[in-house]
Amino acid sequence: MSAIAGHGAAVHIERCGKTFPDGTQALAPASLDIVSGETLVLLGPSGCGKTTMLRIIAGLEQPDAGGRVLFDTNDMTPVPIEQRNVGMVFQSYALFPNMSVSDNIGYGLKIRGIDAKARAARIKEMVALTNIGGLEDRRIDQLSGGQRQRVALARAVAIRPRVLLLDEPLTALDASLRDRLRGELNRLLRSLGITTIYVTHDQAEAMELGDRIVVMRKGAIAQIGTPREIYFTPQSRFVAEFVGAANIVEGPVIGRRLMLTGGSLALQEAADIAAAVAMIRPETIRIVGQGDASLTGIIDSVSFIGDRLRLVVTGAAEKPLVVDAPNTIVAGIGDHVGLSVAPEAIRLLPRED
Amino acid sequence: MRDRLIFLGQLGFTLLVAAFLVVPVILSLSAGVTVNYFRGIQSGITLQWVRQVWELYAGEIFLSFVIAIATLVVTLVVGVPAAYALHVRGGKLSRVIEEIITLPLAIPGLAIALALLLTYGGFGSFRRSWLFILAGHVIFTMPFMVRSVMAVFASIDIKTLDEGAASLGASPWRRFRNVIVPNAMPGILAGSLMVVTLSLGEFNLTWMLHTPLTKTLPVGLADAYASMRLEVASAYTLIFFVMIVPLLVAMQMFADEGQKR
Repeated sequence: MSAIAGHGAAVHIERCGKTFPDGTQALAPASLDIVSGETLVLLGPSGCGKTTMLRIIAGLEQPDAGGRVLFDTNDMTPVPIEQRNVGMVFQSYALFPNMSVSDNIGYGLKIRGIDAKARAARIKEMVALTNIGGLEDRRIDQLSGGQRQRVALARAVAIRPRVLLLDEPLTALDASLRDRLRGELNRLLRSLGITTIYVTHDQAEAMELGDRIVVMRKGAIAQIGTPREIYFTPQSRFVAEFVGAANIVEGPVIGRRLMLTGGSLALQEAADIAAAVAMIRPETIRIVGQGDASLTGIIDSVSFIGDRLRLVVTGAAEKPLVVDAPNTIVAGIGDHVGLSVAPEAIRLLPRED
Repeated sequence: MRDRLIFLGQLGFTLLVAAFLVVPVILSLSAGVTVNYFRGIQSGITLQWVRQVWELYAGEIFLSFVIAIATLVVTLVVGVPAAYALHVRGGKLSRVIEEIITLPLAIPGLAIALALLLTYGGFGSFRRSWLFILAGHVIFTMPFMVRSVMAVFASIDIKTLDEGAASLGASPWRRFRNVIVPNAMPGILAGSLMVVTLSLGEFNLTWMLHTPLTKTLPVGLADAYASMRLEVASAYTLIFFVMIVPLLVAMQMFADEGQKR
């Protein structure tokens, strides 16, 4: 494994935008620096420009005039994909149906003129790495979805790419398999140390795999940060709602307190605001005795999820609040409850009107 | 009992239809080896008509195969990359070009031939050579090649396969050879089958375009029917059959093989 680990280019994207011939702008000019060996996740809903960004890095799309893509200090903008030395895993895997598993994995090596012996050794190494022993001579249509995904990854990594590009590699799989492969993929990417750019619309995937996450919306970058930064300190209502579950509440801030329909909550910030927007994560809201509570409401629904209880509380804020409570709490519909939130768990967001 | 009756009824009907199609062929073929068709088979069996046809029309038969193979080569070399380009480029322009390529399917062969004569008839040496007929055959058969290859491309997401090969470092030509052609093989084989068969049997267009020195099998056959005794024409049919049936079977086997892969 040491033979493959620790070679990745730093990727610099400079003012790369993409406007299609019909005039639609898929990507507003954006700049992005990706550190060597880092796993960067491009996260966003469909049509946010994340795949376009990936394809520009790959060389499958050209950025609009003025945009540049650099690997370390090499300007790759005019270089076609076949000379960029990138490993790519497609959502549909793009495995060659006319070749066996081994031939698929070895194709990039063959193109590079690596002799049969060295090729066989590398294929063996990749098969072990991705856990697909015994499938070497199979045809692609004899593989399950999960096996195809592994072969596609083995094929992309076999060429020792400078940058590994993954375009929704787990989306085509069913949920339980997706969870398992996500863990495997995480371990593999950590051990390889290749610079990786990973596109997904699944925030759980982004959280688990990303060293940093780039949240994208409508062809522009909404926020860049570590998974923690994105989750705890979103800079916009969109990021707050897209990553994890979020209650968005509105009300005035008076004397370091956020005034809501069912009471008020203490804040860290000092300034008074006439109309503030704030995010509160459901798991940060605690159920407390009504006497101690500065905020009260009525339970509208209770769902037992297993590891926790999900309550919807009305009357506390303008819109119903979602509260994740411990699964040991006894709560019934119609009960009056007291709520408390730590000041640091309330995140004020800029107004967007 | 009732099921058995239904089965027998269906069998009988199928055999009747088959006989309707096959009996004329058999009659025609047997006429080709009969000494005198009007006196029937009891007049004796002979190969003299077949020999006579071979002596008279060997050139036409040979030319037919040359044209069929040349047509296949041209439709492969032009049609497969064209199908690929049309599929990958997509968009309105590609649709229009595809429609134009397909147009000869709807236009009578005679009209195409007339257009060719009007346009290129003045180029004497081209007009007189077999290449003129080749041009007609290519126009007529190209849609079959392009369409059947495009159908395969549409079913296997060839664009992503191409991008996959490109990401692994393969040049466009290498991708075309290693990924696109092998995966389009079922369509290429099916298209080839159509092209060769259509070219060998093509009459309308060829009849308009031919000169006394550039006759093909079907044109020669018409000639034989018009000017020779019935036995000669039938012997001609026999030869045509012997030539084309093994070809059809072989290519069908290839196509089946391609489907299985």
